[in-house]
Amino acid sequence: MSARHDRLRKLAAVAAGFDALRWRRDFPVLWQRVHGKPLVYLDNAATSQKPQVVIDAISGYYRKLNSNVHRGVHHLSELATEAFEGAREKARHFIHAATVREIVFVRGATEAINLVAQSYGRSRFKAGDEIILSEMEHHSNIVPWQLLCEQTGAVLRVIPITDAGELEPGACEKLFTSRTRFLALAHVSNALGTINPVKDMIACAHEHNVPVLLDGAQAVPHLPVDVHELGCDFYAFSGHKMFGPTGIGVLYGREALLQDMPPWQGGGDMIRVVRFDKTFYNDLPYKFEAGTPDIAGAIGLGAAVDYLEHIGMPAIEAYERQLLAYGTEQLQRVKGLKLVGTAREKAGVLSFSVDGIHPHDLGTIVDREGVAIRTGHHCAMPVMERFHVPATARASLAFYNTREDLDALVRAVGKAHQVFL
Amino acid sequence: MDLKDLYQDVIVDHNRSPRNFRRIADASRTLEGFNPLCGDKLTLYLKLDGDRISDLSFEGSGCAISVASASLMTERVKGKTVREAEHLFDRMHDLLTRDNVNADLEPLGKLAVLSGVREYPSRVKCATLCWHTLKNVLEHPGNPPVSTE
Repeated sequence: MSARHDRLRKLAAVAAGFDALRWRRDFPVLWQRVHGKPLVYLDNAATSQKPQVVIDAISGYYRKLNSNVHRGVHHLSELATEAFEGAREKARHFIHAATVREIVFVRGATEAINLVAQSYGRSRFKAGDEIILSEMEHHSNIVPWQLLCEQTGAVLRVIPITDAGELEPGACEKLFTSRTRFLALAHVSNALGTINPVKDMIACAHEHNVPVLLDGAQAVPHLPVDVHELGCDFYAFSGHKMFGPTGIGVLYGREALLQDMPPWQGGGDMIRVVRFDKTFYNDLPYKFEAGTPDIAGAIGLGAAVDYLEHIGMPAIEAYERQLLAYGTEQLQRVKGLKLVGTAREKAGVLSFSVDGIHPHDLGTIVDREGVAIRTGHHCAMPVMERFHVPATARASLAFYNTREDLDALVRAVGKAHQVFL
Repeated sequence: MDLKDLYQDVIVDHNRSPRNFRRIADASRTLEGFNPLCGDKLTLYLKLDGDRISDLSFEGSGCAISVASASLMTERVKGKTVREAEHLFDRMHDLLTRDNVNADLEPLGKLAVLSGVREYPSRVKCATLCWHTLKNVLEHPGNPPVSTE
């Protein structure tokens, strides 16, 4: 308890010096008005905005470097390859992977999870094998495993969640059997904001010799992530949720595991020698990168990493923690408002419902006030079912948001009350 | 465009107290409609007396637009023939999706309060869900649930 207290005090000190408005100026899209009101962007869990440095990195690549990577001996190709591989090194550093061989560029977290299911799972799992995941997973960490189950006869086991939106304590241990082959878990829940106790879960899984994949899509924009310290076997995340472009993401995999996995897509770049009688695959990570990659996207992601490291992930975490606490307090004062997801450890998400007002109506009404939030099931239908709601309204934060943004949200919800009074 | 053009008093009223919001125990046909985007879900109950829709009701949950639209629809369609109901579907479809500002709203009567929805493209499906469900249950009585996504 005192260690936690100590940590909170340190975070508060860091947060005090954080100048969100200064960083906000780096995001051109945030300078506009919507329906005549200043844009208040609170839909960061759907996708985050891009700072000028990321936009410049992408356009700069097309203006000055555009060329295919790993192929040409000409000048531009060498420069493009250098920039592309430079981005891989930045991504490695960002999550503290041991080597760039563990950093596979993919389209996003969804593709990363599909890759692991199809390459790791399909070659190993048999009928009756068990895959554990949690009730709070995003569809992208459910459906790839269901597809795998259909292909192999493996079955899903689901860790239930509590009314607060936390993993049921002790449930994971109880779910492990001699048939458990895999644990796939959200680091941070997109619908509830819960930060899962992933270190404990990984320790538990490893005791049973079960590898763990963390879906980190909602964690990387909010928290420092160290895959080495976490000890996870796979870590998936998307560029566009961490201020980089869409269409690019990363699968981190422990080198020994990736080494043993078969390729999942065939094509150029993933091979060493192609003959009709036998093809030899390329080294890591290229074995998993068939075809011309999203070069500009990777370079944009690299720029986003540089930008985040310049601000500092610990500072972002500290600031957002205070912002989330403020938002929670303000929303709880709103008449008829009920927060969905009240875990002790949370990041970035305020999911809620308001008595007598459907979230979809709420979304439309607050939009007219310039406030962008998401309404719906957030690609987590099992979570909606768990809390017996058809949908929720969700405000999700980034470090460029301020208390004023949350005040604007509260005022906008007030407007919705007026419409339905 | 003002929010009041979307959430007109009639809509707010029908959302608060939906008409024909009940189950018909001896319905000739029932069908579920679902909009996965926002979670709107409704079940339509329809009673046919020959070619005439003698009773029409619904149950379910959804946003104000979808509930009001279903409520207004049941009120309007009850007592009409299947052919008349299909004609109304076409008129509503035009009203909600076509950009003909000069459309003759007269024949639609109270249903015309939904015309504001046209200005909110993401909400059109909320208003059309019940109508698509009705059309489906009239044309293909044995169909799987309607989805507007």
